[in-house]
Amino acid sequence: MKTTATSNFGFHALLVALSAIYLVLILAMILADFLYVTRGEFVSAISKPEILASTILTLKTCTVSAIFAVWVGTPLGYLIARKKFPGRMLVDLIVDIPMVLPPLVVGLSLLILFHLMLGDWQLESWLRDGVGFPVTFHWPAIVLAQFSVSCAFVVKTMKVAFEQSSPRYEEVARTLGCSQGQAFLHISLPIAWNGLLTGFTIAWARSLGEFGPILVFAGATRMKTEVLSTSIFLELSVGQLGSAVAVALMMVAISIMVLILLRFFSGGKS
Amino acid sequence: MIEIDNLSVSSGDFHLTSLSLVINTGMYGVMTGPTGQGKTTLLESICGLREVSQGTIRLNRTDVTRMDPAERNIGYVPQDTVLFPHMTVVQQIRFPLKIRKIEPQKIQSRIAELANLLGIESLLDRKTQNLSGGESQRVAIARALSFEPDFLILDEPLSGLDPINRTDMQAALKSISKQEGLTVLHVSHQTDETNTVADIRFQLANGTVKVLGGAD
Repeated sequence: MKTTATSNFGFHALLVALSAIYLVLILAMILADFLYVTRGEFVSAISKPEILASTILTLKTCTVSAIFAVWVGTPLGYLIARKKFPGRMLVDLIVDIPMVLPPLVVGLSLLILFHLMLGDWQLESWLRDGVGFPVTFHWPAIVLAQFSVSCAFVVKTMKVAFEQSSPRYEEVARTLGCSQGQAFLHISLPIAWNGLLTGFTIAWARSLGEFGPILVFAGATRMKTEVLSTSIFLELSVGQLGSAVAVALMMVAISIMVLILLRFFSGGKS
Repeated sequence: MIEIDNLSVSSGDFHLTSLSLVINTGMYGVMTGPTGQGKTTLLESICGLREVSQGTIRLNRTDVTRMDPAERNIGYVPQDTVLFPHMTVVQQIRFPLKIRKIEPQKIQSRIAELANLLGIESLLDRKTQNLSGGESQRVAIARALSFEPDFLILDEPLSGLDPINRTDMQAALKSISKQEGLTVLHVSHQTDETNTVADIRFQLANGTVKVLGGAD
C-alpha cells in the first residue's frame, strides 16, 4: 500500500511539474510584456494616430470577417454534420486545409488567385476596373485573409454543435408542418445557438491574431491596411520595441476579453 | 382512413416487409407487439420520416407514400416526446400554428382549448426541461393536436407513466380522439394497457400484422 501511495504521489508530482512548465511560460511572457513598458510609454504608444487607426480597422475587419465566417461556416457545418452525400469526407478534409496550411502560404495563394491570368482575364483587374472594388492591398484583402482561415474554425465548431443536437428535433418539426429550411431556421439553429456564438467568437479571435496572410495579401501600409498584428511588425521594423510591446499588450487584453466571452457562451466547457 | 398496403421499409440493418393494415376514419387503432419488431419504424414511415422501398400509404384515400411529412396532416407524438429544448410549453403548442401563419387570436384560443383538454394550463410558461414524464407526454400530445390534424400517431405515449396517470391518460386520449374526430394509430408494447381504448387492435410480430379484433 505504501508503495502504491508513493507511486501515486510521484505520478501526480510529475503531472503538476510538467503542466506548470507551460503555464508558467504563458504567464511569464505576459508578465514580461507588462514589466517592459511603463504606463506612460503604453499610453503614448496606443495614442499614436496610426495605432488608433490600426485598432479601429482591426475591430472592423475582425467583426466583418467573423460575420462572414459564421454566415458561410454555419450552413457548411450543418451540411457535413447532417447530410449524407458523396464526397462528404473530402469536403470535411478540404475545410481542414486552411487550419494546417502555413499562414504565409494562405496569403501567397490568395495573392496568386487574384492575379492569375486566365487568358486576358484576371480576377483582381475585373474587381478593380469592372466592379470598382479593388481587393489586393486594400482593406477587403484583410477581411478575405482573415475569413480564409477563421471560417474553417466556424465550420468545425458548427459541425460539432449540430452533431450534438439530435436530428429527431428536425424530423418532428417536419411532421408539425415545417419545410426542411424552416426546421433548420426555427429548430436546429436556435438549439445550436451557443455553438454559433462560440464559432463567432473563435472566428473573431482568430482574425485578430492573423498576420502572415494579411502581410502578403493586404500589405502593411500605415493608416490603410495596418491592423494590430501588422502594427507590431511595423513598430519593430522601425526599432520602436516599446510601442510594439504596448500594442501586444492591447492585443493580450482583447484576447483575454474574447476568451472570457468564449467561456461564457460555451458554458465553461470550451 | 389509414391504409397501409404491402409496405416495405429499410432503416439501417432493420427491415419491415410487406405490411398491410387499415384503420377506418374516426377509429382508434392500437398496435402491440414485442420490442424490436419495427413498430416505431412503421409509424415513422406513415409520418414520412422513413423512406418506403415498396408499397403504399394512403391517408383518406390519398396516396402519401412520397409526400413530404409537412403535407400529411398527421399529429405525431414520438415515444421520447422530442420537445424542443429552446421553447417553453406554450411556445411548443404555438409553433405549428405560427408556421401555418394562423391568426394570433385563433392561436390563443386553440392553446387555451388544448391546455384545458389536457390539463396543462399551469405548465404553459414552464421550460420543458422541468417537466415530468407525464407532463412532457401531455405537452407533446397538445403540440401534435394544435394544428387540428386528421390523424394522430402515438408511439408508446403511456410508457413511463405510473398506473394512475396511465389510466387517466388512456381515458383522455380516447375522449380527445372522439372530440377531435381523429383517426388514431397508437403503438404500445404492453398488450393490456390499451384494450379499453381500442376500436381495432393489431399485433406486429415476426414481420406480419395480425388483426386481433375490437375492444374487449
